[in-house]
This record gives sequence, structure tokens and C-alpha cells, in this order.
Amino acid sequence: MASFWAKEVPATLLVAALLIWVMPMLIGTYTLTVLVIYGMLGFSLGLIWGFGGILCFGQAAFFGLGAYTYAIAAINIGDSTLPMLLAVLVPAGFAALLGAMMFYGRLTDVYLGVITLVVTLILFKFINSTAGPGYVIGKARLGGFNGIPGFQTLNVPGRPDVYIFGDPFYYFCAVLLLIVYLLVSWLLKSSFGRVAIGIRENETRVALMGYDVRARKTVLFSIGAAIAGLAGALFANWGEIVTPNLFSLGQSAEIIIWCIVGGLGTRVGPIVGAAGLAYLKFLLGQQSMIDNTLLTGIILVLFVLFLPKGLVPAVVSLWRISFGQRRSIRKHGARRIRSGSMGNG
Amino acid sequence: MAEIVLETVGLTMRFGGVVAADNVNFRLKAGELRCLIGPNGAGKSTFFKCVTGLLSPTGGQVFMRGHETTGWHPHQVAALGVGIKTQVPNLMDGLDVHENIWMAARRFLPMQDAMRKTAEVIERLALGPIARTELGRLAHGERQRVELGLVVAGDPWLVLLDEPAAGMSADDVERMSAIIRDMTRTAAVVIVEHDMQFIRSIASTVTVFHQGAVLMEDHVDRVMADPTVRNVYLGKKA
Ligand SMILES: Nc1ncnc2c1ncn2[C@@H]1O[C@H](COP(=O)(O)OP(=O)(O)OP(=O)(O)O)[C@@H](O)[C@H]1O
Ligand SMILES: [Mg+2]
Repeated sequence: MASFWAKEVPATLLVAALLIWVMPMLIGTYTLTVLVIYGMLGFSLGLIWGFGGILCFGQAAFFGLGAYTYAIAAINIGDSTLPMLLAVLVPAGFAALLGAMMFYGRLTDVYLGVITLVVTLILFKFINSTAGPGYVIGKARLGGFNGIPGFQTLNVPGRPDVYIFGDPFYYFCAVLLLIVYLLVSWLLKSSFGRVAIGIRENETRVALMGYDVRARKTVLFSIGAAIAGLAGALFANWGEIVTPNLFSLGQSAEIIIWCIVGGLGTRVGPIVGAAGLAYLKFLLGQQSMIDNTLLTGIILVLFVLFLPKGLVPAVVSLWRISFGQRRSIRKHGARRIRSGSMGNG
Repeated sequence: MAEIVLETVGLTMRFGGVVAADNVNFRLKAGELRCLIGPNGAGKSTFFKCVTGLLSPTGGQVFMRGHETTGWHPHQVAALGVGIKTQVPNLMDGLDVHENIWMAARRFLPMQDAMRKTAEVIERLALGPIARTELGRLAHGERQRVELGLVVAGDPWLVLLDEPAAGMSADDVERMSAIIRDMTRTAAVVIVEHDMQFIRSIASTVTVFHQGAVLMEDHVDRVMADPTVRNVYLGKKA
């Protein structure tokens, strides 16, 4: 814990500040904002899957739920502050209920995948079918496949007429991602996080030590949903409209691919994977030679075959081989250098 | 008379047509060291799993220090102060020895005490040189020792060990029996073992399982001399 505050936090702040400053010189802030938001979404699954061993096929459901909660609350409330908060709490609460059902029901991993997938499908179908005028929550019409446009976007707390958009919105999103990243890093260093990693490694053993695995998985699942919900609210602000496509299975699949490509079991990996692949998609969107989905598929296959641990772990090992070797040998004597990078990054 | 720390009454476990545990009545006193023996498939592991909550028995009851624990979850049983080593190794392979043991200690202790306890267990089980090595990279004997460390770190008053010495070298077995004898100073211990040498070196009372039921329960020497036991168990080995 001591080295976390003394070394990791300052280093993270420094690197993040640099990135937040430099990136707008390379990519327009409008595009950059959505890359940051996708980074946060990838991070949310990276946390529960990479560190908790919970493979959720429906992370997009929490993303969409966050976005819709924000839109509906913003229309009803006006000021964006409370809607932002609700967009975190509603998905977290929903995930806590769903998670409790799955984990207390002693479901195996396969059923967990199936249930999260089906829940996403149901939400998608339901929202899609709400086109009629009967589907209203307060002043907000759900609008079916057309989605909800025209809600209050992010404003300075208490001042609904002072909007945060454009460059300031980019900085807002980037700083939020940094805060979430630091909070999760701290969580993973805490006893709760370390036991969560233990559960990923061997659930039975952790239960035999006397830990209530079901409760802990439910809490972690809910934290992941809270982060996805926050990303959803930011996405709603960025796009100024929410549509049922947020809940689509395609979106869920993409989040999984981001994690695999970026590097599961690392914190940076899913963020890099998400932003990188989303940027690639953006670049490819400007031409029509290669099909987007096809390329994402090809990238996934190439990674699974040649870099199964993902991009970030590969870069880290490369770094260690080229620069770190001499130092680690001195440190650990003649022993083999640890290659696994689970938990680092 | 010493307190009964573990008791099963008519414990039964059926898998379809197979009766893996058949009306088992078992009692263990505080501080006792007991060995369970029996041929392969006799139901020793099934009996353990029913006691620890890894399986829900189809019949009968389990009591621990006055609590009825029938049908409890493993984490509830463990939280009572029961240390468990399963037959199939259950370790966190991607984490190092220190982290594995710390997690067991942390369950019952605040942070600082858990750190101290971890260091103490590592010292006591001579795991120092491998403390920062991932479990997945260790040899079989070392892994068994770490799993024993996980049990010790929780300061249990009841310890259930399913074949802790299986596949170990003579040196490792020697060290293992010293650790187990040490455990009995603070806990009642039940051990499933096949190694007769090992059993003789540590145990007084032996319970013999055969086809899910208790065949005999007596001092190790009388059990070994019993013709029926020799027939079902030792006879097979010879
Ligand atoms: N999950 C299960 N499903 C079906 N049958 C089982 C199951 N577990 C155990 N059995 C059966 O129950 C019987 C007892 O098995 P158990 O593993 O308890 O024996 P054991 O005494 O521990 O043997 P060993 O010395 O080989 O470890 C065996 O016939 C086994 O095939
Ligand atoms: Mg067995």
C-alpha cells in the first residue's frame, strides 16, 4: 500500500496529465472524447472479468442503462448533476440484483454468460418496443427505436444554463476516467480486491478459507456496472441522443474484444484496447474498402493466435526483456524472472 | 470427558444408485487426531465433502461444537474455524505463496496481524525461499505444504486433511507429520491417508471406511491386525 501512494499514484498522475495534454494535438477532441468513454466502458469489463473472473456478455446493458437513466432523469430534473449520479446508481443497483440472483443461485460460468446475454437482449427488445405514446417516465418519452433526443446535457452543478461541452467536456471525461482508474487501482490493492483476485484464481479455495464468495462477486459485479453506467451517461452527453443500439449484442461483443486485444488481467489493457479499436473503426469509417466488422474479427483472431495475452502484457514483457533483465537478476539472484504479468500493468 | 467437536448422525450421500456415504455415525473429541482409511472409492472424500459443505448430504446430520451445520455452505463451515485441505489441490496458482497464505490469515485477522501471521506461518513451514514464487511454478510437495500453510494460517480448531502426504517424497512426509503433530496441540485433526507408515507415525485411533460405511474404529495396531480390514484394504495392496 505504501508504494501505491508513494510511487504508483504520482506516476499515474504524471502519465495521465501528459496524455490528456498531448492527445488533443493528435486527434480531434470530439473523437477523443468518445475514445475516452469507450476506454471507461472497456475498463469496467476489464475489472470484473480480468480481476474477478466474471465473464459478462451483457456489459452493454449497464452502459445503455446508464445512458437511458441519464437521459430520462435529465429531462425530468433539468440540472445534470443528479442525473449523472443516478446513471451510476441505477445500473449498480440493477447489477446487484442480477448478480445476487446468479451468484447465490450457484450458477456455473456458462449460465452466467447465457443469462447476462439474455438480459441484454430483453432490454434491447423492450426499449425497441417503446415507440408508442404510452411509454413515458415523467416528462420523458422512451421513443422506441428512435431513442430519446433533446435532453439537458452536462452543466456546471446548480447552473443549468452553463453547459460543459466541446473541449471542457473532453477534459471532464478524461479526468473522470483517471479518477475511476485510481479508485479501482486502490480497490485492487485493498483486501477486498486481493480476495477478488483470489476468487478469480480459485473460487473453491477462497470459500474454504471462509470468505463469502457469492457476496463478494455480487459487489464486484455491481461496481463494474456502476463504471459502465457512468460511461453510458457520458456517452449520452457526447451523442446528445440515446438509442436502443447502446444495448445491442454487437456492443457487448465489442467490449469483450477490447479486453482480449488490450490484455485481460491488466488495468491499462482494456482501456487501450477499447480506445485503439474504436479509433481504428473511426478511421475505417471514412473509407469503404474494408468492412469494419470483418476487420475487428480479423484483429481478434490474430490476437488470439499470436498474442493471446493481449497487447499490454506483450509490450510489458518486451520491455522487461530489453530493459528490465539486468535489474531483476540482481534483485532475485539466479532465479527465473517472473514472466506472468497478471495484476501488473 | 472431552468436548465432541465433530459429530455426524446417520450421514448419507447418494449419487444416483451409488451410496457413497452410508449412514455414517462419527464422533471426534477436542484435541483428537484421527485417521480415516479405506480402499479407493470407499467414500472417505465424500464424507469429508459432506462435512465441509462442498456437498449437501442426502440424509443425516452434521454437528460441530454444538452447531448443526448440515447443508451449510463451505464458507460458513470454514468461518466457524474449520481448516480444510481437499484431495484435489485447491490453490491460487497465479498468486505467490505469500499472497495465498495472507488471504487465509486475513479472513480472521485485521491487516497488521494478518501480515504478522503470514510471516509466522511462512517461517514455521519453512516456505521462506519460495515465498514470492507463484504457486503454479512449485513442485508437488511444496504445493502440498503451502496448502497446509493455508489451513494453519486460519488458526482452526478442527482440521480436515484429505491425503496431505499423497505423492510426496520421504523427506516431505517426515516434515508433514511434524507439522500435523504440531497442529494437534490446538486443533482436532482428521486425516485421510493411504500411507500406512505415515499413519503409524502419527495416529492413535483409525476409522476404516468400506463401501460408504464405517467398517471398524479402533487403535491403529488392532485395526492393522484385523483380518477383515486386511482383507478389504491391506489385502488388496499386497
Ligand atoms: N460427484 C460424484 N458423482 C457420482 N459419483 C461420485 C461422485 N463423487 C464420488 N462418487 C462415487 O462415490 C464413491 C466414493 O468416492 P470417494 O471419492 O468418496 O472415495 P474415496 O474413499 O475418497 O476414494 P479415494 O481413496 O480414491 O480417494 C465412488 O464410488 C465414487 O465413484
Ligand atoms: Mg478420496
